[in-house]
Amino acid sequence: MTTPPSPSLEIDPELARRILTDFIRSEIHRAGFKRGVVAVSGGLDSAVSCLLAAQALGPENVLALRMPFRTSPAASLDDAEAVIRASGVAARTFSITEAAEPLLHLVPEGDRVRRGNILARLRMIVLYDQSAEFGGLVVGTGNKTEVLLGYTTLYGDSACALNPLGDLYKTQVRQLARHLGVSESILAKPPSADLWPGQTDEGELGFTYADVDRLLFLLVDERRSPDEVVAAGFERSFVEGVLDRIRRTQYKRMQPPIAKLSNRTVGYDFLYMRDWGT
Amino acid sequence: MTTLTLALAQINTRLGDVPANLEKHLALAADAHARGADLIVFPELSLTGYMLQDLAPTVAMRPAADPPALRRLLEASRELDIVAGFVEDDDAHRLYISSAYLSQGEVVHIHRKIYLPTYGLFQDGRFFGVGSTARGFTTRFGRMGLLICEDFWHVSPPYLLWLDGAEMLVCVSASPGRGLAAETGLESARWVEDISHAYAQLFSIFVAQTNRVGLEDGLTFWGAASVFAPDGRRLAQGPFFEEAVTLAEIDLAEVARLRSRLPLLRDERPDLIVRELDRLQRSGSSGGSGHGAT
Repeated sequence: MTTPPSPSLEIDPELARRILTDFIRSEIHRAGFKRGVVAVSGGLDSAVSCLLAAQALGPENVLALRMPFRTSPAASLDDAEAVIRASGVAARTFSITEAAEPLLHLVPEGDRVRRGNILARLRMIVLYDQSAEFGGLVVGTGNKTEVLLGYTTLYGDSACALNPLGDLYKTQVRQLARHLGVSESILAKPPSADLWPGQTDEGELGFTYADVDRLLFLLVDERRSPDEVVAAGFERSFVEGVLDRIRRTQYKRMQPPIAKLSNRTVGYDFLYMRDWGT
Repeated sequence: MTTLTLALAQINTRLGDVPANLEKHLALAADAHARGADLIVFPELSLTGYMLQDLAPTVAMRPAADPPALRRLLEASRELDIVAGFVEDDDAHRLYISSAYLSQGEVVHIHRKIYLPTYGLFQDGRFFGVGSTARGFTTRFGRMGLLICEDFWHVSPPYLLWLDGAEMLVCVSASPGRGLAAETGLESARWVEDISHAYAQLFSIFVAQTNRVGLEDGLTFWGAASVFAPDGRRLAQGPFFEEAVTLAEIDLAEVARLRSRLPLLRDERPDLIVRELDRLQRSGSSGGSGHGAT
């Protein structure tokens, strides 16, 4: 009989801040850049990425982009504005409404997934274009929870040059956000990808971040078996649903597979770090 | 002479750029010498960077072939002793993660990493051959043992070096931070701290360890060089995450003084170890398969 696991997702936020700002600075400078670009939505993750990038690179070297669609809540724009002011970074606002409408015209009103993907990918296009204009790399905002659940749009919100938050669960990003002084307004509101009016992550996923983060921590970080986490009090259907989701979305966490033909193939036996030579 | 000023260098490296890393070694060695250091210790793979993967053969050195980087370090070792890490080619194109102890223009000792972590984020065993010796060696200050990272996460290499007469263990690493938690910081940092401290007391020996800093892709190396005296006192502590050279004054005669009142080494029973290990090996119940068995 093993001890029932009791996960602690508590982090040392100052240590995390130190490591992540070093990471942002190192990766951007070693790629030959000084600047970074962040899509700031008014949500928690992008607030943290923006504040970390400003600390790592200096606020004058960071561009925050707000990219509202016509249905985006005005409160999100205000929250994004507060992050921009607090971090002192440069900012631009591009509405994606005009670019989105002709594409959304092709998609049935009820197909929220396709419509949401179009918005996420349009934001990616603006973000990458602005990164070229500003001369900076795209700093990502995806956390470990959404990476593991595959709760992202491929080539959309997941597109970035480096991802400082990808090893922090949502509840850990929240601890870091508090440490960085993110406003109560952002900390308190329900997380949303802002892909349709009234959307919330937890409503769409069908569970809370607090619950799934504890489950993921046990399954992934602590390598507990499904039976062990069920014994620890998680519903079996919840556990199996999350495991299935992780397996089904593995492709979102990888480069597309290359069919091996030669003796040396990128990804299999042509192996170098990005930081090669720097 | 049993006293020395030890300099523990925790440096960042350029991945795969031996000339750039060599210049940093020479500059820091000269600076440490000017500050009175007798021995400067650089981390694991200090001349090459750590996550080399397919870069390994392109940065390898054959010590017998008098490579320029080694020659220049040997010249510098006329001023102070130097421990530096490199990829060693054994003349038969087998590559090892090695560290060399250089003194007075001579190579005193080369240690090849014995335990190659090949699990989790680590890939050592995929790119390197395993070292097969753990030997003490005599320096102008006293007897020392040199170990590389995973070597001292296993108890057997420090144990063997203890029996081989080492008065100081020099442990070098390129240890990525992992296991971030609220109370304990980075688990990997705490681990190295705890075992270094424990070896000092278990073996009545000086333990000096240094670890690199900087990042390679998403891996952050945490630095925090430290020195523990045979009675467990911490003699020096380097900073986390930042490049630094940390000095410590060491008198190896302290080992003799402690062992005269605490004769753990005298009373150790290697014959018992050999007999019981032999029994475990024959009964097939010892833990490790041993390298070459798979």
